[in-house]
Amino acid sequence: MRWRDPLFLVVILFVIWELLYLAVGDVALRSPVATGKSLGAMLGDARFLPHVRETLLAFVQGFAIAVVVGLLIGVPLGAARFAGEVAEPILVALYSIPKVTLYPVILLVFGIGMPAKVAFGAIHGIVPISIFAMNAVRNINPTHLRTARVMRLSTSSFALKILIPAALPEIVTGVRVGFSLALIGTLLGEMFGSQRGLGHLLMQAMSLHNIERILALTLLLVAFAAGVNALLLALDRHLHRALP
Amino acid sequence: MTRVGFTRLFIILLAVGLLELLCRLGVIPSFTLIPPSAMAQSLWTILASGKFTPDIVTTLTNVGIAIATAMIAGIALGTLLQSWPAARRVLDPLFATYYAVPMYAFYPLLIVIFGLGDLPQVAIGFLLAVMAVIINTLNGLDRVPPVLLKAARVHRLGPLAAALRVRLPYAAPYVFTGFKLAVAYSFIGVIGAEFITSSRGIGYEISFAYNNFDNGVMYAMILFILLLVITVNMTLHVWEKRLLARRRRA
Repeated sequence: MRWRDPLFLVVILFVIWELLYLAVGDVALRSPVATGKSLGAMLGDARFLPHVRETLLAFVQGFAIAVVVGLLIGVPLGAARFAGEVAEPILVALYSIPKVTLYPVILLVFGIGMPAKVAFGAIHGIVPISIFAMNAVRNINPTHLRTARVMRLSTSSFALKILIPAALPEIVTGVRVGFSLALIGTLLGEMFGSQRGLGHLLMQAMSLHNIERILALTLLLVAFAAGVNALLLALDRHLHRALP
Repeated sequence: MTRVGFTRLFIILLAVGLLELLCRLGVIPSFTLIPPSAMAQSLWTILASGKFTPDIVTTLTNVGIAIATAMIAGIALGTLLQSWPAARRVLDPLFATYYAVPMYAFYPLLIVIFGLGDLPQVAIGFLLAVMAVIINTLNGLDRVPPVLLKAARVHRLGPLAAALRVRLPYAAPYVFTGFKLAVAYSFIGVIGAEFITSSRGIGYEISFAYNNFDNGVMYAMILFILLLVITVNMTLHVWEKRLLARRRRA
């Protein structure tokens, strides 16, 4: 009955939403049912789909760059202890700064448009993925490393038999965190400097005080983020159990 | 200084020096990036003139309110949920999904609800920060040794007294981890929200300077935020390490 609790939670959240709507009324909210309807209508609108495609395209590219670059930074730093210790506080500091302030710099370098959004999504995702990858590789059981050396494993079988099984669960956790942050980065990029995409639509709806649209878009984004996160979380937990 | 610390400082200085050199040589054009020394100089002039002092005060006040409310609500909710397992089990998927949701997507809605004052920014900071406090409070309370709880029962402490005098003090280092994250998230939330849309604050001034191609002001304020946030976070990081080390010795 593991699915029952999440379902119950979703029902509770919708009930709270409905109660909130009954409390404040049409001035600031719409009911869940009305929002579902307007989201349905929006998804059926041919003018809406290019925005979805634009956001997805920017996000997928940014996320892919974040994963590749994050692993390229994190794995070597985890293998080399000294370099890892030097880099760790720098990475943690980069993680905790409000990266949105760096957006003007990105815009000045890349110009308004797709590349800036991709870059902004990527810089949000790179840091957590590299921190998790670094810790994953650093915490590999030293006995396994020594055994591999004794057995004279080749580089490729070392990677396949030791490195990947040992580090993968933590790396997947990092990728899950990176996924969320890259999505936030992409949306922020669209909110601030873009003429297309869901972030832009949100800002437009806000300036037009179009509550229906705001709620429908927010619902869509939350459902997408929560859905993918649930899948990644299931994979994450499965790997942590299967490859302890 | 240790060898690690020295190498780190050297790398940072090298990076800043390289940036300075590339800007001075004109490899990076000045309308893209101004040299770090020029940023620092501009920041000094701005801070001395007091032109942005109201913005800085606004941002810091909002961050402070977000942190304080997140701490109070987070600790209260964490304590409540720890003693109510059924509710906690139902809410567990929410904890796991919370930070996956792009919080800024709620900003337009918050503006519609609260208007264009300071409240929407504080709310975003609060929303980002509160879950970190709840999760870390729970984590700390889960680790309270049963013997301490028994001692509380022997002394006939009520639930509130037991929480305030036994359980929360034991969980303090973990709650501190939550506090550290709450500080970082509140800065991220408030400044990010100011940056998207607002009428004052440091984030607003950066966005305003960008729209007016005022690179001097923009880079000075970006530098200010980075220095401020990194200093605050690093101080808390060192403090946390000391707290945890002391707890381990005791």
